[in-house]
Amino acid sequence: MAKTTSNSSNSVSVVRSEMAPDMPPPIRTDGIVAWLRSNLFNSVSNSILTILSVLMIYYALSALIGYVVADAIWQGTTGTDCRVEGSGMCWPYIFNKLDFFIYGFYPDTEYWRPNIAFAIGAVLLFLLATPRIPGKMIWGFLFLIVYPVVTFFLINGGGFTGLVEVPTEKWGGLMLTLVVAVTGIVASFPLGILLALGRRSKMPMMRSVCVVFIELWRGVPLITVLFMASVMLPLFLPEGTNFDKLVRALVGVTLFTAAYTAEVVRGGLQAVDKGQYEAADALGLNYAQATTLIILPQALKMVIPGIVNNSISLFKDTTLVSIVGLVDILGAVRAASASQGWTAPTIPITGYFFAAAVFWVFTFAMSRYSQYMERQLDTGHKS
Amino acid sequence: MAKNAKAQSQDKSPNNGAAKMEVSKTEVAVEITNMAKWYGEFNVLKDINFKVMKGERIVIAGPSGSGKSTLIRCINRLEEHQQGHIVVNGIELTNDLKKIDEVRREVGMVFQHFNLFPHLTILQNLTLAPIWVRKTPKAEAEEVAMHYLERVKIPEQALKYPGQLSGGQQQRVAIARSLCMNPEIMLFDEPTSALDPEMIKEVLDVMVSLAEEGMTMLCVTHEMGFARKVANRVMFMDEGQIIEQNEPEEFFSNPKHERTKLFLSQILH
Ligand SMILES: Nc1ncnc2c1ncn2[C@@H]1O[C@H](COP(=O)(O)OP(=O)(O)O)[C@@H](O)[C@H]1O
Ligand SMILES: [Mg+2]
Repeated sequence: MAKTTSNSSNSVSVVRSEMAPDMPPPIRTDGIVAWLRSNLFNSVSNSILTILSVLMIYYALSALIGYVVADAIWQGTTGTDCRVEGSGMCWPYIFNKLDFFIYGFYPDTEYWRPNIAFAIGAVLLFLLATPRIPGKMIWGFLFLIVYPVVTFFLINGGGFTGLVEVPTEKWGGLMLTLVVAVTGIVASFPLGILLALGRRSKMPMMRSVCVVFIELWRGVPLITVLFMASVMLPLFLPEGTNFDKLVRALVGVTLFTAAYTAEVVRGGLQAVDKGQYEAADALGLNYAQATTLIILPQALKMVIPGIVNNSISLFKDTTLVSIVGLVDILGAVRAASASQGWTAPTIPITGYFFAAAVFWVFTFAMSRYSQYMERQLDTGHKS
Repeated sequence: MAKNAKAQSQDKSPNNGAAKMEVSKTEVAVEITNMAKWYGEFNVLKDINFKVMKGERIVIAGPSGSGKSTLIRCINRLEEHQQGHIVVNGIELTNDLKKIDEVRREVGMVFQHFNLFPHLTILQNLTLAPIWVRKTPKAEAEEVAMHYLERVKIPEQALKYPGQLSGGQQQRVAIARSLCMNPEIMLFDEPTSALDPEMIKEVLDVMVSLAEEGMTMLCVTHEMGFARKVANRVMFMDEGQIIEQNEPEEFFSNPKHERTKLFLSQILH
C-alpha cells in the first residue's frame, strides 16, 4: 500500500516512491519441541495443567488397560476359570456368549438372515452418507422405503418368503437394539420435520394440534411411553386386536423421538433469515417449493448437531425397551450373567463393560460423522 | 453520495436517457387506489394513490420509517394491504393465492440484503425459479442464466457460492436472478444501501442499463444521481403518505413541500 499525498513542505506528508515487494512468510518453527513449548508449556499455569492432565490420563488409561488386557482372563471354558483374585475382565464369557449378545434368542441356523440385512443396511447407509457418491435420491428411497420392508421379511421370515418364521419375540441382543434405534431415528425424522412445520403454520388448528402433540410427548419420560404402549394401549384397543410387542415399542419410540426432533428442527427454521422466505415468495415459489428447496436445506444443516445429539440419546435409551420384556443388548448381557456355569464376581461387570463398549463405538461413530457432515455442508454461508 | 454535489446545479446531468426510454401512454403496469395498511394499531400507509405506466421508472425517496419498503412490498404481496385496491398488470391483488402467484411471476424484486440462497451456487440461484415455477427445462434455464450473468458481468462466478462473492457481485446476481424470470416489472428496495461505496456504481450501472431497455421499475433509493438519470418521476414519502411527486429536475431543484426541502437539504447536505 502506497500512501500518496501532495508533497507540500508539511512534515506530515509522506510519499512512497517505491512499492514494497511481497515478502515470504516468516519461517515456521516446526518440530515437536517447539510445538510442545508453544502449546503445552507456554506459561506456568499451562504447564501445571499439562502435567496434571498427563497424570490423569495415565492413571485412567493404565487402570483401563490393566482391567481389559493385562489383568484380564483370556483362557477358560466356565465361570470358575474367572474366579481369580484381583483379575480383570472375563473374556471367555464374552466369547462364549457373543452370539447371544448379538442375536438374542434368534435361532443360530438362521443367523445369516440378520447378517445379510445388516450388510445391506451398511452398504446403503454408506452410499447415502458419502457426499461424493451420486444418486442420493435412489439410495435414500432404497434405504428409507425399500430396506425396512426387506429387512422385516428377511429377519421375520414366514409367509411367502419360504423362510422359517422367526417371530419378533425371538429377536434380541444388538440386533434388536439396532432395529429399534434405526427405526426410531429414521421414522421419527420426517415426522419431526412435519411437526415442526406444523407448529409454525399459519393455520391455527394445525398449529394447535402440533403444539399439543409435541408438548405431550416431550413431557413424558420414554420409560412411561414404553410402559403405556405395552400395558395401556391394549386396554384402549378393541378386544382381540393383538399388536406385536416390538411394533408397539417401535411406535412409542418413534413418536417420542419425533417430538424432540420437531423442537430441534423448529429452532433451525427460526434461525433461517426472514429474507430467505421473502426471496422465495418474491420469485413465485409456492409453500412446498420454498420449504423443501430453500428453507429446510438451510434449517436442517444448522440442526445437524442437535439431531445427532437426539439420535445418540435415543440409541442409548433403547435400553429401556427391556421394561416391556424385549431383550436388547443390555437385556441380553443381564440375562446371560445369571446363566448356568458363568457365576463369578467379574461376570456382570464384564458384561456391562462389553455393552458399554458397543454403545460407545456406535455413538462415537455417529458423532464423528456429524462433524464430518457439518464441514462438508459448509459452503461459507451467510449472504 | 458523490453525485449529490451536482444535484445543486441544474444545468448538469441532462435527462439524456429519456429519448430511448419509451413510456406507454395506455398500458398501466401498477395502479394503486385509496390504499391503506396497518400494523396492528399503527397506520403505516395512508391514502396511497398512484399509477405507473408500462416502461415508467419511479424513484421513491423519504426518511427512514416512512413506509417506502412497506409500499413496494405490497405490490408483490409480501405485505398485505387492508384497504383500497392494488392492480398489477391487470390483476387485482386479493387473498386469492392464484392471483398472488401470477403477480409474483411477473414482478421481480431486489432486496437491500440481496437474499441470495446461500446453500446454492450462483447458477442454481438463477435457475431455481425458472425450473420450478416456470417449468423451464434445466438446460434452457441454465442458458438463460448464463446470459443474464454475462449481462451483469460476472459469468465466471457461476459455480461459486454467494458467500464467496463481494456485496456488489451478490447484488448483481440478485438482479440477474430476478431477470431470469423475465419479469414485466422490477421492484428495488434500497439495492445499494448495504454496499460499500466502491461497489455502488457497479450495481447502479446494471440498473441504468435495465432502465434503458424499457423495464418498468419502482426503486426505493437515495441515489439521487440515479434518480436524475433514469427516473420519470420521484415520489417523496413521509409518515406513510406520498407528499410530493414530480419529475426529477423539478423535484430536486424546486421542491414544494417543507418536508421535502428538509429531507433534500439533509441528504444533499
Ligand atoms: N412487520 C412490522 N410490524 C410492525 N411495524 C412494522 C413492520 N414493518 C415495518 N414496520 C414499521 O412501519 C414503518 C414503515 O416501515 P418501512 O416500510 O420499513 O419504512 P422505510 O422502508 O421507509 O424505512 C416503520 O415505522 C416500521 O417500524
Ligand atoms: Mg426500508
